[in-house]
Amino acid sequence: MSAVEVEGLTKRFGDFTAVDRVSLDVRVGEIFGFLGPNGAGKTTTIKMLTGLILPTAGRGTVAGHDIMTETDAIKSKIGYMSQLFSLYGDLTVEENIEFSSGLNGVPRSRRALRRDWVLEISGLAAHRTRLTRELPLGWKQRLALGCAVLHEPRLLFLDEPTSGVDPISRRGFWDLIASLAEDGTTVFVSTHYLEEAEYCHRLALMNRGRLIALDSPAGLRAGDHEPMIELAVDDPSRAAEALQASAVVLDAGMYGRLIHAAVRGIDEARTTLPGFLAERGVAVTGMREIEPSLEDVFVSLVRAEGGAAQ
Amino acid sequence: MTGTRFSLGRLLAVARKEVVQLRRDTRSLVLAFLLPVLLLILFGYAITWDVTDIATVVVDHDQSARSRELVDAFRSSRYFTVGRALSQTTEIAPLLDRGSAQLALVIPPRFGADLEAGRPAPLQAVVDGSDANTAGIVLNYTQGVVRTYDARVRLAGRTATPVVAVRSRVWYNEELRSRNMIVPGLVAVIMMIIAAMLTSLTIAREWERGTMEQLAATPVTRTEVVLGKLLPYLAIGLFDVAITSLLGVWLFQVPFRGDPALLTILTTAFIVGALGLGMFISAAVRSQLLATQVAMVLTFLPAFLLSGFMYAVDIMPRPLQAITYLVPARYFLVVTRGIFLKGVGIEVLRTQGLLMIAFGAIGLFLAIRVFRKEIR
Repeated sequence: MSAVEVEGLTKRFGDFTAVDRVSLDVRVGEIFGFLGPNGAGKTTTIKMLTGLILPTAGRGTVAGHDIMTETDAIKSKIGYMSQLFSLYGDLTVEENIEFSSGLNGVPRSRRALRRDWVLEISGLAAHRTRLTRELPLGWKQRLALGCAVLHEPRLLFLDEPTSGVDPISRRGFWDLIASLAEDGTTVFVSTHYLEEAEYCHRLALMNRGRLIALDSPAGLRAGDHEPMIELAVDDPSRAAEALQASAVVLDAGMYGRLIHAAVRGIDEARTTLPGFLAERGVAVTGMREIEPSLEDVFVSLVRAEGGAAQ
Repeated sequence: MTGTRFSLGRLLAVARKEVVQLRRDTRSLVLAFLLPVLLLILFGYAITWDVTDIATVVVDHDQSARSRELVDAFRSSRYFTVGRALSQTTEIAPLLDRGSAQLALVIPPRFGADLEAGRPAPLQAVVDGSDANTAGIVLNYTQGVVRTYDARVRLAGRTATPVVAVRSRVWYNEELRSRNMIVPGLVAVIMMIIAAMLTSLTIAREWERGTMEQLAATPVTRTEVVLGKLLPYLAIGLFDVAITSLLGVWLFQVPFRGDPALLTILTTAFIVGALGLGMFISAAVRSQLLATQVAMVLTFLPAFLLSGFMYAVDIMPRPLQAITYLVPARYFLVVTRGIFLKGVGIEVLRTQGLLMIAFGAIGLFLAIRVFRKEIR
């Protein structure tokens, strides 16, 4: 059985189509990554899946309940952590936990147990009586995650949970997500940090309201995409700029002292680029084809779809 | 949409959270607990429509036994405080200008002689008219003193009983003390302040801080949210009514002749309506600042100015009078004054009672209806 299964999910706001016929399914127990540039429609999709807004068109189920007619049932089955920090800053850590427990109907007998568990996984046991607004963002996000899983939902939606959080806190946060998944929770998580995509079992990429790819990280890397070439040059910044003018090069950027470029054809690039750069005063000292990173794959997929929304 | 069953647990969770937030919000605490007492003391002590101790100066051109008698008549009245004797009328204007005198009596040179001869003896009274109401009252009192003196002089030596004598008695507020009107009225006004200022913030705050989305993502229903938020404010409202009433009775000796239980029941209905209205505004405008301002204009000001608290409805211009019918505080004022001063029961206040309950129901309905749990 799928935790999430939707077809043709569409949301229009007036003339603007925020989400355009998205179909996807999320398997029970997997970490499902949801990626895409800002404005791609990720948050709107998540709001439809969590019963916060009704789709304009489409059908499907979340946690076995119809997204059109059973939003209340969905809300009681899932955990949701919104993009904006949405705990109460003027409540203490403990009071926020207690309030979430009450709202999500955690049985009275289990409340103390669940509270201690959340304090432990979020590492906030020593700060239980501090006002939430005084905590660093990374801690707040761990608390928000804890509050979202207080009622032990089998399906968890996290909307950009790590945005604005420092890398070390982000790593800790993903460890938490992984341990939840190990216990059998299905996690649907959106992010715009591409390195985080590697933590996911499967990835969906959205752009301009449409789903443009859906596969495992390895599958995406191995798929049909623009070849990448790595160039060693004596003047990387000059080379990167000059390459934008080349007809062979789709995109070029600096990676340390090296240049990575997406090109139309690998052989054509090998033969023309050294000369092209030499004419512009840059000497090429090395050249090899490389496996694209996930980021390269996504950038090329988005480019193939007409670029990101402005 | 499938209906979730009503859950008292969730309602209480909302109420508890609201209490914790209130406890940490100094501004709300001041509004809830300090402002009512402050208003009561301000209105009870400072603002009074009773006119006493009218600062009076006299220009006595006559200097006769009669003129001195007249001045003594003013002196012995508790409404007048007779100050300096002036020697000429030109001294009057600066005193009135500075406000150090409210009334100047000018006694013409032949006053005593005219009186003795039984001729009309005119007097001049100069009154500071910058406050029309007060000036009218001062003039009335002046005429009263003069008339009494006049009668005494004409009847001098004879004993005669007037043929017709009016003995008036004022009911409900024997001494015509304005405090007795103010304190019960203030109860109504304070309730509107609690509603307008306190609850207008409560839902807008959730929108502004982004916590509404988290609320919306849980199974909590809008009825549970509205009732849960209402509960603590209802408690504060009833507490304030009790404090204001007790202070009124103890500090200002306002009579309380009616049934406290009836007052409690009707007050509860009124507060629910007022709170509902505040939440309705808050949920409709979704901004704390705007909600406070709208609440001021829609609930607080009408309660203050158009309910009959500050100005009697009967003396308002017609169009304004028509508006007062839409001001719930107008009816609540009848309830509080009736129960405080007249000691009347539900048999007299039936209409007002029904209106209070209707107001409570409408306020609650509006709050729940406008409250959109769905994020747009």
